[in-house]
Amino acid sequence: MRYLPLTPADRAEMLASIGVTSIDDLFADVPPAARRAGLVDLPLAQGEIEVERALSRMAAKNTAAGAVPFFIGGGAYRHHVPAAVDHLIQRGEFLTSYTPYQPELAQGTLQALFEFQTQVALLTGMEVANASLYDGATACAEAVAMAHRITRRGKTMLSGGLHPHYREVCETYAQFSGVEVVALDPAPGAVENIDIDSDTACVVVQNPDFFGELRDLSALAARCHQQGTLLVVAVTEIVSLGAVKPPGAMGADIVAAEGQGIGNALNFGGPYVGLFAAREQHVRQMPGRLAGQTVDADGKRGWVLTLSTREQHIRREKATSNICTNSGLCALAFTIHLALLGEAGFARLARLNHAAACNLADRLAAVPGVRLVNDSFFNEFALRLPIPAADVVAALAAKGVLGGVAASRFYPERDDLADLLLVTATETTADEDIDIYAKTLAEVLR
Amino acid sequence: MTGWSQALGAHPAAAGDAPTLSGNRGLQLEEPLIFEQDSPGHSGVDLPPPPAHKSRLDGLERHEVIGLPGLSEPQVVRHFTRLSQKNYAIDSGLYPLGSCTMKHNPRLNEKMARLPGFADIHPLQPISTIQGALELIDTLTHWLKTLTGMPAVALSPAAGAHGELCGMMTIRAALTAQGDARQRILVPESAHGTNPATAAACGYAIDAIPNNARGRVDLAALKAKLGSDVAALMLTNPNTCGLFEDEVLEIAAAVHAAGAFFYCDGANFNAIVGRVRPADLGIDALHLNLHKTFSTPHGGGGPGSGPVALALALAPHAPLPWIVHGDNDLALVEHAEGAAEDTIGRLKGFHGQMGMFVRALSYMMSHGADGLRQVAEDAVLNANYLRVRLSDALSQSYPGTCMHEVLFDDRFLKDTGITTLDFAKALIDEGFHPMTMYFPLVVHGALLIEPTETESKASLDQFADTINGLAARAKSGDVASFHAAPRFTPRRRLDETGAARKPLLRWRPEEPQKEAAE
Repeated sequence: MRYLPLTPADRAEMLASIGVTSIDDLFADVPPAARRAGLVDLPLAQGEIEVERALSRMAAKNTAAGAVPFFIGGGAYRHHVPAAVDHLIQRGEFLTSYTPYQPELAQGTLQALFEFQTQVALLTGMEVANASLYDGATACAEAVAMAHRITRRGKTMLSGGLHPHYREVCETYAQFSGVEVVALDPAPGAVENIDIDSDTACVVVQNPDFFGELRDLSALAARCHQQGTLLVVAVTEIVSLGAVKPPGAMGADIVAAEGQGIGNALNFGGPYVGLFAAREQHVRQMPGRLAGQTVDADGKRGWVLTLSTREQHIRREKATSNICTNSGLCALAFTIHLALLGEAGFARLARLNHAAACNLADRLAAVPGVRLVNDSFFNEFALRLPIPAADVVAALAAKGVLGGVAASRFYPERDDLADLLLVTATETTADEDIDIYAKTLAEVLR
Repeated sequence: MTGWSQALGAHPAAAGDAPTLSGNRGLQLEEPLIFEQDSPGHSGVDLPPPPAHKSRLDGLERHEVIGLPGLSEPQVVRHFTRLSQKNYAIDSGLYPLGSCTMKHNPRLNEKMARLPGFADIHPLQPISTIQGALELIDTLTHWLKTLTGMPAVALSPAAGAHGELCGMMTIRAALTAQGDARQRILVPESAHGTNPATAAACGYAIDAIPNNARGRVDLAALKAKLGSDVAALMLTNPNTCGLFEDEVLEIAAAVHAAGAFFYCDGANFNAIVGRVRPADLGIDALHLNLHKTFSTPHGGGGPGSGPVALALALAPHAPLPWIVHGDNDLALVEHAEGAAEDTIGRLKGFHGQMGMFVRALSYMMSHGADGLRQVAEDAVLNANYLRVRLSDALSQSYPGTCMHEVLFDDRFLKDTGITTLDFAKALIDEGFHPMTMYFPLVVHGALLIEPTETESKASLDQFADTINGLAARAKSGDVASFHAAPRFTPRRRLDETGAARKPLLRWRPEEPQKEAAE
């Protein structure tokens, strides 16, 4: 076995030094009834050639996004990741290190996390950010829990424009933590009226919302703050913040975002990277790890994990969250990609996305029977179609176009959303692909 | 004495104390923050200018400068390469963190996870276009079910603690469905902090169970605490003292007799994979850390993956999505309907940590049934070999054989003026990552050592020789060298108290200097 260094001679010698006659003696504490003498019923060891062949065959059964005209978003976005990102995160010193518990041996990871936290705070327009959570949806559920800790109130209001997975994760967590979650119905294109009262811990809204619409949240933030309610803003497409006014500038108290769009591949939905930012006054109620600046015994600047008295390994059942392992390497990929882009590159990337989506929206809205729902959007928008969107998605796929996601995949029970299709363009969308999509959509709807 | 070392002696500054002009010290290179290397307007990515278009941002354009620095690709590559060189990693040496299972990460797994058919597929693609992905998940499920002996596996949890949350939620859902509103969770004192934190997040009260003198759960104390309001026991087995809970069958029977569920933290599954099936221990729910036992890389703190194996009584409550077999294909159940109507709901966005699933399956297929069993055996053999090699110099907390990790405490440092922390920092100067320190909490000044199966005998011998030498030095009264350690790292001991007292969690530009008054 190529991954096991011990030789049979080593094993014999080591058993002798331990003073036992066989390996079974070291498993003597296992009750006899639970010991398995033989091998489990699974295939035997294989070489790289065989494993690569088997897994490559499975991979080949999937349609890779890059192989076809591709227009799917809905909370995961296909962006170009520069080659240097994947090279750097595969350096063994990053890839194969543990959570930085020994800061003298982990200054690289800690400094990168400090840079990550700074980038996230800057992008969201917030004061502080943590060192990542699992993904945007769990970050949103953690934001709700944090709002309840801060306000000690009982109720959370979720906008109907919140990504349905984010809503569902908040609802799952809330079932067990005992907070009341009120989710408004999705109403694409309409402005919602969210009730806020003195028992409302927080209001959660997404910008751009699930249907792509952009909103100025400043008035909502003012209404929240009048009631002592916190405004939580979710962002599922982080690249939007290169062009769109950030939540922090509109009065957000907590931002929960998905960072996948920078540095990370689609990966069929994971691993992604949850971004979490807040006002500095609430930092001691934040979940997750925090890297902080300090000095060493010689007075030189260095970094450590800090404020760990919030965390499970110190506070146990009184911790702000049970999270331990988070999304370190995905956060590193985010940091490197954003470092490469810089201010100018990030702004240009966002403008390219918006320009591609504007072009796509105009082309598709010109197809007979198709109507653009949005008044505003960044790189994703909703279309009303003359027939059920799920049928259109299937027909397009049969013609080799991955044309978006039908709202009915999330809301199968909502007849009024059956004709709604979410469509995305990014900087990776070629003009020829837009031509093909418009032509194929017209064929499918003919 | 050779001429070379005489020359060294003649120039004491060369021994390593004198500052250099650059601040660098040979291969140890100082590196400022990216924000301190800003070349405004520069970018390491060449993108075309956007075509002219009318903005549809509806007046929400971002006008203010964000504050991101501009760097070229060579600057970024050098920056992160230099940062990487300030890290210790399993690729560079023994990483004996107890209960963390820092084993070799095979590179085939990285290559497989990057196949476009896995990395470049969207979670919302039509099901017909991702059959291979569902096949991979289904195959991984089969391996995990076979290794645990349990009938169902929930794959969406993103890490171990998330898996705990999943398991405890299914337990609470099953009890609620029976109209049974139990309120307490029993957690041994030796448990990882995530266990009580998870139980609390599920709305439960936590009741701690003491260990017995043999480092196992005190069965009598457990039985005394069991009652009609106990929802579950959360037990780690092998436990965090590195010991197999040899009364586990009695524990399971007592828990079940009280109408409670038996949750097992599978963080230490590496000790028993292929040799013991958790189902045969009476376990109802168990999370596995793919980033421990199945070698998906830790990445400096994630991403992980924490699938949960569930007994039949809990399986109907498994989180969404579910994979089901159709006549000719695989399908995804994404809503609480049909067989999944009793699900607890969704625990994260989309379908779980696919990138980790590919790596873990690649690892499992490489090892096979035979290799996985050998993994457990070599992991336990390596730990016991270290136990024997270190038992004269250190103080083993619980005598006898151990599983995949061995626990010592700080009695061997009594009256030396040296703490477990000092000892660990001295180990850093010797080129090793320290063991887990001060955990578990059930012994004083714990040192928990887990070598894993991917260390050679020579590597273990070098580690043992070093520790034994350090222990002798500690007992010889050389306090100063321990208190000064580490000396050879990019930074020496860091002021953690100061960092927490006045948190500085992000970079900020320096305030512009005010013009000097006339």
